[in-house]
Amino acid sequence: MPFGNTHNNFKLNFKVEEEYPDLTKHNNHMAKVLTKDMYAKLRDKQTPSGFTLDDVIQTGVDNPGHPFIMTVGCVAGDEESYEVFKDLLDPIISDRHSGYKPTDKHKTDLNFENLKGGDDLDPNYVLSSRVRTGRSIKGYTLPPHNSRGERRAVERLSVEALNTLDGEFKGKYYPLNKMSDAEQEQLIADHFLFDKPVSPLLLGAGMARDWPDARGIWHNDAKSFLVWVNEEDHLRVISMEKGGNMKEVFRRFCVGLKRIEETFKKHNHGFMWNEHLGYVLTCPSNLGTGLRGGVHVKLPKLSTHPKFEEILTRLRLQKRGTGGVDTASVGGVFDISNADRLGSSEVDQVQMVVDGVKLMVEMEKKLEKGEAIDGMIPAQK
Amino acid sequence: MANNFGRILSSKRNVGILSLIGAGSLTAGFLLNREHVTAGAQARRVYPASAEYPDLRKHNNCMASHLTPAIYAKLVDKATPNGYSLDQAIQTGVDNPGHPFIKTVGMVAGDEESYEVFADLLDPVIKERHNGYDPQIMTHPTDLDSSKLTSGNFDERYVLSSRVRTGRSIRGLSLPPACTRAERREVERVVVDALAGLKGDLAGTYYSLTHMTDQEQQQLIDDHFLFDKPVSPLLTCSGMARDWPDARGIWHNNTKTFLIWINEEDHTRVISMEKGGNMKRVFDRFCTGLKEVERLIQEKGWEFMWNERLGYILTCPSNLGTGLRAGVHVNLPKLSKDPRFTKILDNLRLQKRGTGGVDTAAVGSTFDISNLDRLGQSEVQLVQTVVDGVNYLIDCEKKLEKGQDIKIPPPFKK
Repeated sequence: MPFGNTHNNFKLNFKVEEEYPDLTKHNNHMAKVLTKDMYAKLRDKQTPSGFTLDDVIQTGVDNPGHPFIMTVGCVAGDEESYEVFKDLLDPIISDRHSGYKPTDKHKTDLNFENLKGGDDLDPNYVLSSRVRTGRSIKGYTLPPHNSRGERRAVERLSVEALNTLDGEFKGKYYPLNKMSDAEQEQLIADHFLFDKPVSPLLLGAGMARDWPDARGIWHNDAKSFLVWVNEEDHLRVISMEKGGNMKEVFRRFCVGLKRIEETFKKHNHGFMWNEHLGYVLTCPSNLGTGLRGGVHVKLPKLSTHPKFEEILTRLRLQKRGTGGVDTASVGGVFDISNADRLGSSEVDQVQMVVDGVKLMVEMEKKLEKGEAIDGMIPAQK
Repeated sequence: MANNFGRILSSKRNVGILSLIGAGSLTAGFLLNREHVTAGAQARRVYPASAEYPDLRKHNNCMASHLTPAIYAKLVDKATPNGYSLDQAIQTGVDNPGHPFIKTVGMVAGDEESYEVFADLLDPVIKERHNGYDPQIMTHPTDLDSSKLTSGNFDERYVLSSRVRTGRSIRGLSLPPACTRAERREVERVVVDALAGLKGDLAGTYYSLTHMTDQEQQQLIDDHFLFDKPVSPLLTCSGMARDWPDARGIWHNNTKTFLIWINEEDHTRVISMEKGGNMKRVFDRFCTGLKEVERLIQEKGWEFMWNERLGYILTCPSNLGTGLRAGVHVNLPKLSKDPRFTKILDNLRLQKRGTGGVDTAAVGSTFDISNLDRLGQSEVQLVQTVVDGVNYLIDCEKKLEKGQDIKIPPPFKK
């Protein structure tokens, strides 16, 4: 919360035992890692902007989690959180990102030409293709922590940058608090409009404060490139279209991102990035590429095959319902996307989606013909 | 503000705080530290007040009505000694623009000192919410002498149940929007400790939300006693649901007529209730119980937050003064359909709610009828208002049953 650290200093008057949260019934990454000793060690620390340990963990304390789904349970309030609270965040990052070590380096590759194939996914099965990521603007604190003044400055700068885009990227910004009813209807019909978060995971981190002040949606005229401003991250950048041409979606994604980044750099506010964590975002689960590349694909037979989950795991993919995270599939149509974010590049991750989905569509076709797919099941990637 | 600190430093409450701290060098310094973390010590302010001023153009709550850019600029860099700030106090009102018909308060206090440090905003908010009560010039009467109540037995053919509730805060500990886990646990310890000393018909048991068994939970639900994590964004946006259910719990006496909520929206909510229309007995028990709890915490060096300007200090400015809501569930099938019903209630200084409490609808023709006011009149006065008012409503109902006409009473005069 953007209120300075005087309240945290006051807390230091109480013993560690008195302040240490009760995590006995919790199941999230933060609860697994935060021992009383670690709490004692980190509780008097703060980032230069005043973000404290309790700020980092509040969402995880308030949301004990689910026996089957392991949430992260903490957020960053600024770029420096990942340094100041390293002792807590490094083990969480390692747990969440398949053993990623504090000494590992992350590879960034936004050269769309390095993607092989991806323009030939069968549109009879692949209904739509989408790639999204997030970007944080250096020099500003993140949504859990920023003040109204800061959030508005992020909006101003972002809109300025986006308005310089031309050609296929030429577009318009729709601020949430000034939208007309007609504009709102259209954005809902386009499936573009984002709403105030309702998930207690997000609310517990303070990122919905002052809604809808300085929040908005920008999209290009062709409605294939979309940017969310000040939702869970400073920016969420989305490239999407109907059908299976992931190659084109990824091209537009990479080109658009680079154009936006150039404009921000000119204003001396580039994106938060470092060679260890890649792109720095609010939730530790989105570090690295912050990329989720996915398709909506019809797999009615394969999805009921006993080996479906295992196939997904081996391909390093995850399934979601067509409403996005925490929704169920409708009519055998699944959202299939990359599971990884950190430790592999953008090209690597989209390649896994392209290759994996291609294989699963082949499997679906085989199952339609009543043939077995056992010989097609891949080795663990 | 100096007055409150004087009381804190001189009371035996020091003993409680010292035992909380434990470590040697910090002990002596604790109370001094509180003085050093003074108002005005904000750690980070990058933008001017004008860039931070919230957009309240679509808002309809008391905070939005009174928070001008000038007042915001004046108060934004201040903090209470514990470090609670204006932005924190108003966050719930910024996040919840309100309803055109229902004007919410739109801000909370994080500690006792909030009402002093942010007086430039809170005083006009209090004045609007409490019918013109001006904290700068008026004093609030406290009177818990229930023997003064007259005619407190209702006709039970109409009144199904009677209830009186209030809240109490423990001086020296921050309020739910701001309290640390340690402070919240200390509130629980202090109150549970005191309640263990209650005897006779007040003797009871504490049920911690964290350690409750399934069976205990079911019983408390069946008794309509169990409170759950708040879902209203008015409450959650102020931060009072943090760390749920840590240090929250319910205490009730063995006869299930005296009930205390710990660390929900306030440090404590105290409730006296029973089926039927014996409001007199309910109020007797309420006053006796409250005084007994106060005596027990004072034995240990603690006291309730109270001052003569604002009465009992609670989290929400709407609950200042007495913090008292005295009410009945009453069946008024004919009167509730009469077009004059609302006006009659208004003139009697009463409000109606559904039988589920605030923001619920009535079931059939049974209403929850209670006092509108909280601040500026004493507990005895407010409960008397409810007693006289409900008796009047029952009288109207009886008249309508006999086909007689009813009168709208003159507007209530204190």
